[in-house]
Amino acid sequence: MSHATGLEYLRKEALPLMWCSGCGNGITLGAMLRAFEELRYKKNEVVVVSGIGCWGKADDYIMTNALHTTHGRALTYATGVKAANPELHVVVLMGDGDGATIGGNHLIHAARRNMDLTAIIVNNFNYGMTGGQFSATTPAASITSTSIAGNPERGFDICGLAEAAGANYVARETVANGAMLKKRIVEALGKKGFSLVEVISPCTTLFGPRNKMKQPIDMIRWMKEKGVPRAKYEQLANAEADGYFVTGKLVDKDYPDFCASYESMRSRINVRAGGK
Amino acid sequence: MTSTSRLIQGNEAIALGAFYAGARFYAGYPITPSTEIAEICSRELPKLGGTFMQMEDELASMGAIIGASLTGVKSFTATSGPGFSLMQENLGMATMGEVPLVVIDIQRSGPSTGLATKPSQSDFMQLRWGRHGDQTVIAICPSSVRECFEMTVKAFNLSEQFRTPVIVAPDEIVGHMRENYAVPAPGELPVCDRIKPSGPADGYKPFNFEGDKVAPLASYGSEYIFHITSSMHGEDGFSNNDPQNAARRVAQLHKKIEEHRGDIVMTKSYDVEDCDILVVATGAVARTARAAAAEARKKGLKVGVLQLITIWPFPDVEIIKAVEGARKVVVAEMNYSGQLAGEVVKALGPQVNLKKVNSFNGQIITPADILKEFD
Repeated sequence: MSHATGLEYLRKEALPLMWCSGCGNGITLGAMLRAFEELRYKKNEVVVVSGIGCWGKADDYIMTNALHTTHGRALTYATGVKAANPELHVVVLMGDGDGATIGGNHLIHAARRNMDLTAIIVNNFNYGMTGGQFSATTPAASITSTSIAGNPERGFDICGLAEAAGANYVARETVANGAMLKKRIVEALGKKGFSLVEVISPCTTLFGPRNKMKQPIDMIRWMKEKGVPRAKYEQLANAEADGYFVTGKLVDKDYPDFCASYESMRSRINVRAGGK
Repeated sequence: MTSTSRLIQGNEAIALGAFYAGARFYAGYPITPSTEIAEICSRELPKLGGTFMQMEDELASMGAIIGASLTGVKSFTATSGPGFSLMQENLGMATMGEVPLVVIDIQRSGPSTGLATKPSQSDFMQLRWGRHGDQTVIAICPSSVRECFEMTVKAFNLSEQFRTPVIVAPDEIVGHMRENYAVPAPGELPVCDRIKPSGPADGYKPFNFEGDKVAPLASYGSEYIFHITSSMHGEDGFSNNDPQNAARRVAQLHKKIEEHRGDIVMTKSYDVEDCDILVVATGAVARTARAAAAEARKKGLKVGVLQLITIWPFPDVEIIKAVEGARKVVVAEMNYSGQLAGEVVKALGPQVNLKKVNSFNGQIITPADILKEFD
């Protein structure tokens, strides 16, 4: 199984991928499709729900069921799919704009509700599709097309947000390590309840070049250097100020998911009604 | 066998009508004056094997019912003005993705928060034009508890037949009125189920129109695998930027409704055959109009009433027919701008002898308000 290719889930006629050279979306797509293969998912039992943005276009390359939705609302559609048919594997693809900015409210509520969904948020720190404006994850002082003298706002910690909101599983990896990314996606898919994998990914056309990372390789080097396991992060004197971030599995819990809680509520209602 | 009649509220009749039509998924956000529908769904849907979800907002509510509907479960939501505004973007997605579902908009007084508990009929234009992009919609306004039930069943039927969102928009008076009504037994009213594909799963195309027939819609989880997208798409459901395809797709979205207006447009006529004066009204105001007409008939005035049940597509043909021989048209509605009156003028021409009766203070129009215009 270590040689999963994910090819059976790939819509080959749609190739080549639309994304820029060096973009991490292709790596993330590959990791996800390999994860599907490892878990032996049947294509008709998977629904990939995507939002709007560069990563939101990923459904064009996928042979499972798919639902390409509106900007920021993918999690709400996915919630309806899962609640109405809990047998389905529902995977939600969002970017940092989609998932943490315009759709931030849905993110915290999907986590709080503990919907049995897997969110794969590709965080490239800016709005790539619209020309590289700052998003809610753009680090302070970063240069973007709407913050030419440095972003005056702070960025969200997506994983911290999901953890605080009650997600059962949270992990962060970078596209510099595709095999580890696939492993985290497999773990997330296998987890009952809300799971989230934040994928740190380079925007090689917009964010990188504007922030002293001219070549795609510069961004890969940056994420390899700054993404460190929790133990190492905690040893560093000024980790946050120096731009380090934690990678790895960050949350792993087993609270009952929404569908399980709903079923127990249903039996209470039926008992009260004197029915089945 | 029909059950015995009992006092039922309009909003309750809507919920019961939805269950009768087979709806088993509701997602919504609480808002006056629609909340009874959510409360009834929260209690009753679990017993029916269905699911009630209280979402974080109305954007989420629309998203959730689209997702649920695509698993093959008839789905709906209920709201009022401010919530209906928030639903517009995802409602447009349902039109584009051709997803059957029903939205209940209990019309209340605005603008903005307005008179939150008071009735109005000022969403007619938002029902029709609230979404960006050129599209069409089906919208129905009941005027009694019976119609709340029957028209909700009808709304689900139309949404399945034409793969499109359908909006049921009673004013607050109708939503909160109580009348005696006997809920029909199963089988008494027709219930249309989704047209599902029957051919081989391989090569199923979710947007493959044949003539004026909508394409069968599979369910997520069935043997049919399919894509639905908010982007312009081809027959296979994948995004497609070809101009010819786009033109065909947009035209189909309009035509599938326009060319079947005979199945969709519903009106009721009261004494219009010999009328000198025709009153056009909908919802609670249609009842006021009938009272006014009855009063006028006692005085020897020949007044008829055309009650609009379907608002969109607009019953222009029906109005043209009803107005034949009349010398005057009175359009009564609970808004300032005369949203219906404007459409009536569009149908009858600018020379029409038309009087508008409007209320926009959260109070219903009385028969006396309409009678004044008969002189």
